[in-house]
Amino acid sequence: MGEIDFYDAKYYTNRELSWILFNRRVLNEARDKNIPLFERLKFLSITASNLDEFFMIRVASLKDMVNAKYQKPDIAGMTPKEQLAHLDVAIHEVVELQYSTYNRSLVPRLKLNGLQIIGCHEELSKKEAAFVDKYFEENVYPVLTPMAVDSSRPFPLIRNKTLNIAALVRKKDIGEELEFAMVQVPSVLSRVVELPAGQNTRKIILLEEIIERNIDKLFLNYDIVCAYPFRIMRNADLTIEEDEAADLLKEIEKQLKKRQWGEAIRLEVASHCDKRLLKILKEELRIEPQNIYAIEGPLDLTVLMKIYGMEGFGHLKAPGYTPQPVPQLPPGCHIFDEILKGDILLHHPYQTFAPVVDFIRQAAKDPEVLAIKQTLYRVSGNSPIIAALAQAAENGKQVTVLVELKARFDEENNIVWARMLEKAGCHVIYGLVGLKTHSKITLVVRREEDGIRRYVHLGTGNYNDATAKLYTDIGLLTCSEDIGQDATAVFNMLSGYSEPRVWNKLTLAPLWLKDRFRHLIAREKQFALDGRPARIIAKMNALCDQDIIASLYEASAAGVKIDLIVRGICCLKTGIPGVSENITVRSIVGDFLEHSRIFYFENDEHYEIYCGSADWMPRNLERRVEIMFPVDRPELKERLLHILQTQLNDNVKASVLQGDGNYEKVTKRGRQPFASQEAFCREAENEARAAFEEEPATRTFVPEVHHEA
Amino acid sequence: MNIRTFAAIDVGSYELTIKIFEFSGKDNMREIDCVSRRLDLGSDTYARGKISNEKMDELCRTLKDFSDIMRTYKVKEYKAYGTSAIRETENTTIVQDQIAQRTGIIVETLGNSEQRFLDYKSVASKGETFRKIIEEKTAILDIGGGSIQLSLFDNDTLVSTQNLRLGVLRLQDYLNRFAVKGSQKEELINEMAMARLDTYKRLYVKDKEIRNLIVVDDYLSPWAVRKREAAGGKEYLETSDFDKLFEVLHSHNPVQIARAMAIPEERIGLVFISAVLIKYIAELLGIQRIWVPGVTLCDGIAYEYAEKIRMFGGEHDFDEDIIACAMNTSKRYMGSRKRSEALENFTTAIFDSMKRVHGLGKRERLYLRLAVILHDCGKYISMVNIGETSFQIVMATEIIGLSDKEREIVANVVRFNHSRFVYDGQGMGSMSRESFLVVAKLTAILRLANSLDRSHKQKLKSLKASLKENQLILTVDTQEDLTLERGFFESNSDFFQEVFSVEPVLKQRKKF
Repeated sequence: MGEIDFYDAKYYTNRELSWILFNRRVLNEARDKNIPLFERLKFLSITASNLDEFFMIRVASLKDMVNAKYQKPDIAGMTPKEQLAHLDVAIHEVVELQYSTYNRSLVPRLKLNGLQIIGCHEELSKKEAAFVDKYFEENVYPVLTPMAVDSSRPFPLIRNKTLNIAALVRKKDIGEELEFAMVQVPSVLSRVVELPAGQNTRKIILLEEIIERNIDKLFLNYDIVCAYPFRIMRNADLTIEEDEAADLLKEIEKQLKKRQWGEAIRLEVASHCDKRLLKILKEELRIEPQNIYAIEGPLDLTVLMKIYGMEGFGHLKAPGYTPQPVPQLPPGCHIFDEILKGDILLHHPYQTFAPVVDFIRQAAKDPEVLAIKQTLYRVSGNSPIIAALAQAAENGKQVTVLVELKARFDEENNIVWARMLEKAGCHVIYGLVGLKTHSKITLVVRREEDGIRRYVHLGTGNYNDATAKLYTDIGLLTCSEDIGQDATAVFNMLSGYSEPRVWNKLTLAPLWLKDRFRHLIAREKQFALDGRPARIIAKMNALCDQDIIASLYEASAAGVKIDLIVRGICCLKTGIPGVSENITVRSIVGDFLEHSRIFYFENDEHYEIYCGSADWMPRNLERRVEIMFPVDRPELKERLLHILQTQLNDNVKASVLQGDGNYEKVTKRGRQPFASQEAFCREAENEARAAFEEEPATRTFVPEVHHEA
Repeated sequence: MNIRTFAAIDVGSYELTIKIFEFSGKDNMREIDCVSRRLDLGSDTYARGKISNEKMDELCRTLKDFSDIMRTYKVKEYKAYGTSAIRETENTTIVQDQIAQRTGIIVETLGNSEQRFLDYKSVASKGETFRKIIEEKTAILDIGGGSIQLSLFDNDTLVSTQNLRLGVLRLQDYLNRFAVKGSQKEELINEMAMARLDTYKRLYVKDKEIRNLIVVDDYLSPWAVRKREAAGGKEYLETSDFDKLFEVLHSHNPVQIARAMAIPEERIGLVFISAVLIKYIAELLGIQRIWVPGVTLCDGIAYEYAEKIRMFGGEHDFDEDIIACAMNTSKRYMGSRKRSEALENFTTAIFDSMKRVHGLGKRERLYLRLAVILHDCGKYISMVNIGETSFQIVMATEIIGLSDKEREIVANVVRFNHSRFVYDGQGMGSMSRESFLVVAKLTAILRLANSLDRSHKQKLKSLKASLKENQLILTVDTQEDLTLERGFFESNSDFFQEVFSVEPVLKQRKKF
């Protein structure tokens, strides 16, 4: 047998197809009967919004490549054209599965549980119809802009992702010719309209049905032949020419406006849509047949999130979880004093994100704090962190904030915050030319008794207090001198200064991170070859970097036991003889979005454990500023290892990648069901209870005694 | 605790750097921030003589940032030095003034010998390794943008130091002008360097065996420091490490080199020149071990500040290095060591007893000692014009640790020891009033002391000096005839009286 070429395309899975598998795993949650009904709605809604984004970014960019006659095969040896061909099939399958889940499983169950979704307006009772018509006249009609097309009027511009109703109309009296007319379903109104309460069942109808029912009122001079909803998706892969854009900010604002007018790459229409109408849409939008999706049910299932949010039905939702206080950080504590006692590890959302906000809030007010520096990628609306930073600047601290404007789909949001911070007196850096700043780091410089001390927060997740309740992430609060120095160097570099001569602890992408990972993997390989114990456990969101995967294959071939916990895309294949027999891949999809990146290396029984902001993806390792940090304190290392092991034990929410490329739920084989996210919730609750529950009051009274002097 | 924060700014010819230091207690110096930005001022200065407007703007912008950084750390004291790029521009004063106006930062220029001395101090600040290494014969190679400095150590002391115009930016400028192909570069650098270095070796090294080389540079150091960190504290590089480095430099493209050495791609050109210089100099001197401490000028500036505020105790006597250097220069010009020693005793005795009158300090005492050591070097060239020739030699000799201004003082004291004194306003050139007074006072002392050994026979074994009201009583123990000395003593005492208003009186105490 010759040398194995670990880079051979046959050992890799195409990343887009792997992503489809991920979305199917989410869809599986929507199909899981053990999950509360409304949670299933939510999962289905997520698959729909995922797919929208996938279309706009990935499918669009493949189409661009095909248009540009770009032939280079991907990691799995497929040309863009071949990938698109495979995707067309796979996406149609997913969509079919989405709607069969909706129609066959969810809608009937909702009805059984007292919520009826009126699929089409013809099903309305007389009384209900009257309510709907009145609703239309009062609320809907005023905001509609109907448009008819004839030879004197061009085909209207249809906005990306908007829901519209198209109709074929004919002029009253003299009309022979069919004309096209349309109206956009206004996004300012709720798409879910609840009908007056019935006896036991609540009923809802979707806005587009109400409009469809009343469409004749929009085109008074016409007879309506037929009317159907449709929705298009356009190419939105926003590529900013960074080298040319003198003013990045302006460029992004410009791009944002442009984004709506890209090429149409998907058309969704009702499955029973009139053929003549469809033909007009097809021609006007210049869309190919394989990109047309005939939908059995409501278009754009993200509406299910609205239904999920309806009042009531509490018993059909998962009980809410309250992130727990952190034992080392009792409420009202002075956070810097506590960090000085020792590094603190935060596990969100099981533990609350509040300490991170407090960290910045207290820094803003603390008279001894000289400077606060932070990278912001995606922040929530009304972010308390932004407010604290602005406050700090007003208090005379030197505040430096790197706001990443290139965070996909968040640009508009970010520009607003960036401007606000500048007004408050912060020094705002609008990203780096050519690189996205994805690292999550905060540095507080404080002048203390014995000199300057630096407090650092490093994380795997964004500084977003809203998503911190949903995403699982790790954070580290430390005042280690080594990390403090490195953190200072990171911000110096982000401000355009030179790299320091030596990094103590942190590893940065795009500088050395990939090499570092490969070195760590190769080191395990060497231990395996030397007959020493060798093991890697790595948890991340996506794995598609070929160099890393090849290194993993090499290590596995040398005998390293490798367990990967990869939530989304995974281009690595398991179970290939001589290549990846020692590798397992599992994906956990649960109520919380798995988001932390944790890397464990056995290192000959002196294990090392790292956390970071980067996935093993080329874009993270080569085109973004990312930080990986080691966690050194033994008790914190143990906690991280425990997190990894707990996830490896999950037999409820975990699916394992099979040799054939599919994912299957872990077989329980008689073991107790064990869900890791559930376990983390209980652990955090217990820890908090143990730490904060008051000492039982003593039963004996202690009288004050007067002592004679 | 009393903590002082200090900023050291280096306006280098290739890079601008600010380092923030914190001093707490004795010998406790901590670097808390280091920020540098690449700015190639050197190319402008070396090629065109002036800094372009664009670079000037960039320079001011960066220094403005630096002043913000200082404000962040609430830095009270700072020192900003410009090196050769600032020093060698035609309009240094205008540049300095513009910087001060636009950024509020006062940038002083640093003469080559001062700069090298600071670099040297920064190396010495590395403590134990430094002490150990200089026990053997050692050379320090300080590579700058404009020039390199080679200093030799023997038995713990600095014995010679020479400046050679072989700085990496200067060499790169040549390479660019000659449009040299990649493969020729090494040979060409070697040729340019060896033309100077061969002579250097003949004059200064001769057949001394030098084992160690200490390298100070801003180019190869980052790589060397990282390499040392990775090697887990192996302090020295062997010459074989250099061979390996050259394999990488020769056989890879810039992207690979940048990766392998973990340095930015744009620096590779300069790193290469620096590496070639180190390699050939090491070969020329027969070096076995190379130590790259990774210090920068900023460390030296901080060290100097620490000395000034008395945070550091004298581990290594740098004044003795300056003296040793001067002695070696004297030796080169066949100066008499014995006579120097006798004169030194006299002059320091007089200087110390006159403290109340002359009001000069430790630094001026050092000038005096240097003037004594170099007082007759001109004899090597002319026995007639000793004053002028000595003056010329001192002015042309680099004395490490002395600024140009200080060197001029020493040179003038040497000159007026022999020649007629020239008062200010009579063509003393650019010398300031203060410097002039120092020259006058030291000259008066040196002349008086000189007269006490006019015969050059070291007749006086010991001398006691004591100041009594308006008289300086010099008591000497000797059995010899002092007629000659007395004669010269009296003729020189006029100038002494003129300068100090103190009458020197010579008393001979014969012991029987």
